[in-house]
Formats: sequence, structure tokens, C-alpha cells
Amino acid sequence: MTTAVSILPAQQLAALNAAYRQAVSRRRLRLLLGTAIFAAALVLAAIGAEVNLRTLFSYFGNFVSYFDRILTLENGQRVWTDVGEWFWGWRKWLKMLAETLLISYVGTLIGATFAFALNFFAAENTSPAPWLRFVVRRLLEFARTVPGIVFALVFVIAFGLGPMAGVLAIAIHSTGALGKLFSEIVENADMKPVEGIRSTGASWLACMRFAIVPQVTAGYASYALLRFEINVREASVMGFVGAGGIGQELVVAIRKFYYSDVSAILLTIIVTVFIIDIATGWLRGRLFGKEART
Amino acid sequence: MTRPQEVDTAQIRARYPDVFERPASARLATPAMIAAALAILIYGFVDLDFSPSRFFAGLSQLGWITLMMIPPDPGSSLPIYLKALGETLSIALLGTTLAAVFALPVSLLAARNIVPSNILRFPVRRFLDSIRGVDTLIWALVWINVVGLGPFAGVLAIAVADFGAFGKLFSEAIESADQKQVEGIRASGGSALHEIRFGLMPQVLPVIAGQVLYFIESNTRSATIIGIVGAGGIGLQLAEQIRVLEWQRVSFLILMILVAVAAIDFISGKLRFAIIGRRAVA
Repeated sequence: MTTAVSILPAQQLAALNAAYRQAVSRRRLRLLLGTAIFAAALVLAAIGAEVNLRTLFSYFGNFVSYFDRILTLENGQRVWTDVGEWFWGWRKWLKMLAETLLISYVGTLIGATFAFALNFFAAENTSPAPWLRFVVRRLLEFARTVPGIVFALVFVIAFGLGPMAGVLAIAIHSTGALGKLFSEIVENADMKPVEGIRSTGASWLACMRFAIVPQVTAGYASYALLRFEINVREASVMGFVGAGGIGQELVVAIRKFYYSDVSAILLTIIVTVFIIDIATGWLRGRLFGKEART
Repeated sequence: MTRPQEVDTAQIRARYPDVFERPASARLATPAMIAAALAILIYGFVDLDFSPSRFFAGLSQLGWITLMMIPPDPGSSLPIYLKALGETLSIALLGTTLAAVFALPVSLLAARNIVPSNILRFPVRRFLDSIRGVDTLIWALVWINVVGLGPFAGVLAIAVADFGAFGKLFSEAIESADQKQVEGIRASGGSALHEIRFGLMPQVLPVIAGQVLYFIESNTRSATIIGIVGAGGIGLQLAEQIRVLEWQRVSFLILMILVAVAAIDFISGKLRFAIIGRRAVA
């Protein structure tokens, strides 16, 4: 079987070719322009951030040797040759770790509760009044945009040093983040049940309780679990500003050059984060089926 | 009006025993979970030194602090703050770009459709996971030990932390790419590199560009905080002003951060639409 490829007459072909080339060259020009602007921004940024490649190269050995040092015990041996010596402070560290987990748990729960209370006012379809929606949304945005650790810095001064400041900082940040996600779930909810319930003369509160909440709880729980995962990481650094948790131990070890302690604490944190990741992933899969695993 | 039919409850009960008498395990599961959650919460309050008196004392203190924050006032250090803000934006941009450049080749190694061998892929994935397990602030502390205090340590910290995140995200983007175009290139005699360049990259690059833009946005936030440990940027000024209790300056700095983040949000949103069209970015 033969296939006939029709070849256009040269005149027509030339016109088409020219148009094609023009389109390609226009695209190339745009790409080139974009790259140039981006490169210029990078150079500007490099000057702004005092990037010094010579420092990097001359000190890059330090970076590698830093890891060499944190993996060496004081007697010059590798850390894994003497695990007992490496994890000498495991009782204290496990206690701090438990505190970290507790901080993130309590913080997430408080944050989720507030987010739950606020998100119906922030959602487009359920908010009772536009001005209320505007106010609640700005409030959530504020809580979300200011980094948790900045809240922690302020709270440490207001509430005193200790895990309470960390809990409150995490709670506020989680309220902002979860409030937005929750209200997005509500916006995607089916409104027919609401109409059905409203037609029976129910109040706004009853509409939310019996029409919206049953649709959205699974999504809420899934996002709250995800947030818990993120908050464990966040709580592990709260100690840097004195707001409790294992970060306090870590920052002391790093600043005072207790090298093998640094690697031991880091390993503890990494393993914990792994376990929490896997556990919450499993729990979410178990509770809400595969589609909720976002 | 039609009267509802007479129902024989006993008969229905006999026919659907599961509906009427759920097994105790199913009935008790939810209350038990809630009780356990509450128990941990209460234990947490006790263990973490929560007390109402402390809470309300702190709250009134917080009220005073808020009052002292008004009106926001930079004092005479506005130029310094503006410079610090520029530094922060530079850190975010440079750090993210560096991370993306280094993560692209590594993400290829972590993608199932490029490296089919599980044994090769597994260590790469775990490596990326462990980098991600360490917070940006910790990386900043480590880099400060290496290159000294200053914004450069911040750039490297963000670059390393995002390297882990990008490696994972990129490899997921590559895995979800359409395999047909790759097969097409292979059928026309292209090598493995050709397959990646002409089969995968055109599909993957827009997704990656969207993710990079999103990270520049979120790194503007991260870059504001790494200053707290001494890695440059506006966080350094913020932490200093908080420590010396100059609340008017603190509120001004927070406002500056909010405005900068909103501006970056806006710009990158526009750019994302321009690059990938109206498709949602994961």
C-alpha cells in the first residue's frame, strides 16, 4: 500500500515556511528575553545576598568536613562504633522529643478547633454576611502569613520562656493555614442539603451542623493530620527561640560544637519525622480511602 | 393526605439487624477516639505547664504589646529595613533557583519511569527524604558554621532544604508525564537523552516552572525567618527589635513582610498563569 503525501507547490510552501519561521523566531525571542530578565534578577540578587563564590569554594571543604566531624566521637572514632556513647543523652532527648510531639499535637488540635469555628464564616457559600467574610479572611491571612516562629518570639516575651509559647504560636499559625483549607472544602460542598434543611425552617447553625459538617469532616480530618505532620517539623525548631521542644538541645549542641550530639539529635528528629509521615499517611489512607491522600 | 403505611418494626429489625444494632465496636469507636484525643490534650496541657493564671497574665501582656505596636513606625532605620527586605527577596530567589538547578538531574534518578530499578532509586529517594526531614532553620545553623554569619548562609540553607523538596516534586511530575511521547521518540530512533529532552521535558517543564515560582513565593516567608538565627535578611532585624522590645518597629517590620509577601504572591500568580495557562498547579 502506498501513501500519498501531498506536497504543496513551491510558492505556497515558501509562504507557509516563512510564517512558521517567523513564529518560531518570535517564540525564541520571547524565551531569550525572559531568560535575560531572569539572569539579571539573579545577578542583582547575588549582589544583594552578598554571594561570594570564593568563600563558598574555600569553605566548601568545611561543609563536607562538618559532616565528618558530627559523625566522629570525642575519642576520634566513628559514631556508630559506640552507639551507647553517641546517644549518651537519650533519656533527656527522648523526653524533649515527647515534648516536641506534644507541642505539635496540642497546637494542631487548638488550631483545628479555631479553624473549624471560623471557616464557615470565611467560605463564600456559607458566610452569613460579606463584611464578616472579609474580616475573617483577613484575620486568617494574617495568622497564616506571619511565620510561626515570629509568633513564638513575641509569645516568649508575653507568656515567658517554655513550651506554652510554642504551642500558642503553632496554634495560631495552624488556625490560619487550616482555616483557609477548611473553607475551600466548604466551598466545594454540595449546597442541596443546605437548601433542604433551610426549607424546613432551620437556623443557620442547624444548616451548618446537619448539611455541611457531614460532608466535610473527612476532608477536615485529613488536612488536620497533614498539618500535624508539618507542625512536628515546626515544633522541632521552636526551641531555637526558647519556645520548648528538642530544638533547644539542638541549638545548644550546634552553637557549642558538641559535634556528635548534633548528629544524634538530628538523626532522632529525622527518624521521628519519617515515622510521623508514614503513620499519618497510613492513618489517612485507612480513614478516608486512597483519594484523600493528597 | 396519605398516611404512612403501618410498619412492622419488629420485622424490619429482623431483616436489617446491622442498622438497628450496630456492633459495640463500631458504636464505641468514635467516642473512644474522641476520648483518647481529649485525654492526650489534657495531659499535654498539664505537661506543658499550661495554667489559666499564666495564660491570662500572658494575654494581658500581649494586649499591652499590641497597644505599644500602634502606630507602626520605622524610626530612622527605614533604609536599613528596605535593604534587609531586598536581601530577603534575594535570598529567596537565589536559594530557590540553585535548588531547582541541582534538583532537576537528581529528580530524574528518583523517577520510576526513568530509573526502573528499585535498588538504584531507593537510596536516592531516602536521601531526598532525609534532607527534607531537616528544617530550613537547622540548615541555616549548619551553613553559618561553614560560611559564617550573613545572607549567603541563608541562600545555601534554602537551596539545600528546597533541594530535597524539589527532588521529590519534580520526580513526581516526571512520573505522571505521558509515556506515549517518549515512546514516539524511541520509535523514531532517539537515544535515552533524546527521550528525556524531547519526550519528557516539554511536558514536565511547565509544571516544574509553576512549582519553582510557588516555592519562590513560599521561600520569601522562609527567608524572613532564617534571619532569626543570624542568616541575614529582614528576620535578623525583626528578631533584634523584638529582643530590645521596640514594638513600633516590630509592627512596621511585620507589615513590611506582609506587604512583600502579598506582592510576590501577586506577581508569581500572574507569571504562573502566563507560563502554564489556567491549569491548576499542584
